[in-house]
Amino acid sequence: MKQSTLTLPNGKSITKPKSKTPMILSVLFILIVISSIITEADIAVLFTKADKFWSMIGDMILPPDFSYLDDIIPELIATLRMSVVGTFFGAIFGFPVAFLAAKNINSNEIVRFIVKACLSLTRTMPVLIYAMILTFFFGIGEFAGLLAITIFTFSIITKMAFEDLETLDMGAFEAAISQGSTRIKSTILTIFPQMMRTYITYTLYCFEINVRSAAILGYVGAGGIGYTLNQMIQLRQYDKAGMILIAIMVTVIAIDSLSQFTRRRLA
Amino acid sequence: MNTEKYQEKLANAPKVRISSIVIIIALTLIVFVSVATTELPEPQSEASINAANNVVRGILHPSADKLLSFGVDGVPYLILETMAIALLGTLLGSIFAIVPAILGASNFNSKMQVRIVRLCLNIIRTVPPIIYGLMFIRVTGPGPFAGVMTFSLTSIGMVAKLYIEALEELDGGILEALDSVGASYWQKVAMGIIPQIRPNFISTAIYRYEINVKDAAVLGLVSAGGLGTEIILAQSEGRWNDLGAYILGLVILVFIVEHVSTRIRTSLVSG
Repeated sequence: MKQSTLTLPNGKSITKPKSKTPMILSVLFILIVISSIITEADIAVLFTKADKFWSMIGDMILPPDFSYLDDIIPELIATLRMSVVGTFFGAIFGFPVAFLAAKNINSNEIVRFIVKACLSLTRTMPVLIYAMILTFFFGIGEFAGLLAITIFTFSIITKMAFEDLETLDMGAFEAAISQGSTRIKSTILTIFPQMMRTYITYTLYCFEINVRSAAILGYVGAGGIGYTLNQMIQLRQYDKAGMILIAIMVTVIAIDSLSQFTRRRLA
Repeated sequence: MNTEKYQEKLANAPKVRISSIVIIIALTLIVFVSVATTELPEPQSEASINAANNVVRGILHPSADKLLSFGVDGVPYLILETMAIALLGTLLGSIFAIVPAILGASNFNSKMQVRIVRLCLNIIRTVPPIIYGLMFIRVTGPGPFAGVMTFSLTSIGMVAKLYIEALEELDGGILEALDSVGASYWQKVAMGIIPQIRPNFISTAIYRYEINVKDAAVLGLVSAGGLGTEIILAQSEGRWNDLGAYILGLVILVFIVEHVSTRIRTSLVSG
């Protein structure tokens, strides 16, 4: 490839840096080819058998079994309850840990490192795997899912909160210290009011995510509506499965808008 | 002497809004009712406690056999397969997402159209990935390709939303400048729009890749390939040491992907 060189009036010459794009694109192309071989990708199938996809959607929503709605409302409530309680306890446990991980509050580097390492390890496991393992301990049911949601909320809210803490204005805190108040008292008086709103906002945000994931926790037996949904699909009762899906969709959209409204109000 | 100034400041201090109080009370009530109605699990029988102990022992002693074997059910191949599924799914999804993103950006579409496009994207996002997995399995049969198709669909919802945000932040001044020097339509797209949105689009796609790798465990449940399928198989057949190996593989994979992705995205944003 020809490189364009420019000579400046003062005699220096500048060479335009080589573009990395061709290299990146060719690596990407090779990766795509390898991936297609590994995944046995066959685009033609999409055209020959796509009708099966649409016919399944058709069976689900044309029309859904509305009479089934009465049966699933209790399960829907159980799903929501699981997310509320899980999010709540996750947020409660996460609060003090966030302080341990924040640079401007905890000056002990070793503790900070350990806390952060544990947090990022906790974050790597998907909720569903937690739920699966927890069902061995607490049996099939809501409680395992609730704990899985608690762990997940804890792991992400702590990260968001300590990053937020590190950006806080420490002036008020130092002023309180200089007036002779203890560290704990100054933290409660000056740091808490600054972070409380954001923390509640984060909690609501986690709640939105959790409602979505709670809907499928039933797959591994961890309670909620996912269990019934799985059964209906296995039994090929698509109209009932469609009703469950619509109910989940309406709930999720309703919760999202409610939570966003609340977040805006609090912000 | 300064007292008046302070009192004036105090009077101007932000007041606690009634709406905030109502919201807090409502939230507290919801939490209280939910906690009160949650049933604690019944105490487990001795046999199931033993079983649980076995599970933990198995997970803590991952089978070295599976971790190091290069066969189709070995961890290295499964990691490769999971990454391949996520890669193709993300790529297809990020390409498909361009169309709804252009149709849904409020700076060059009518308000009505923007609303409809966003509602559709919202609906795509709310259906759990597992359901798409189940649908696609009917099309492609069980296997990694079902996973690819699922991810390409689930990625569209989120990726298009982030694309729209990037498009709405386009700096119109650059386009006007190009107009003023007489650039043609395609020249404007190539010199004015693409360079502005490219880092954002690439960063979004990489972020989605990270999520897809994590979701791969979920998709395995419906036998759509990758580590997840083996996790579920090992669990249902009670091979706890193998389960430990697969979970360890997943943790390592997610950990590495997360770190690399964060690093690339940071360097993209900072230029």
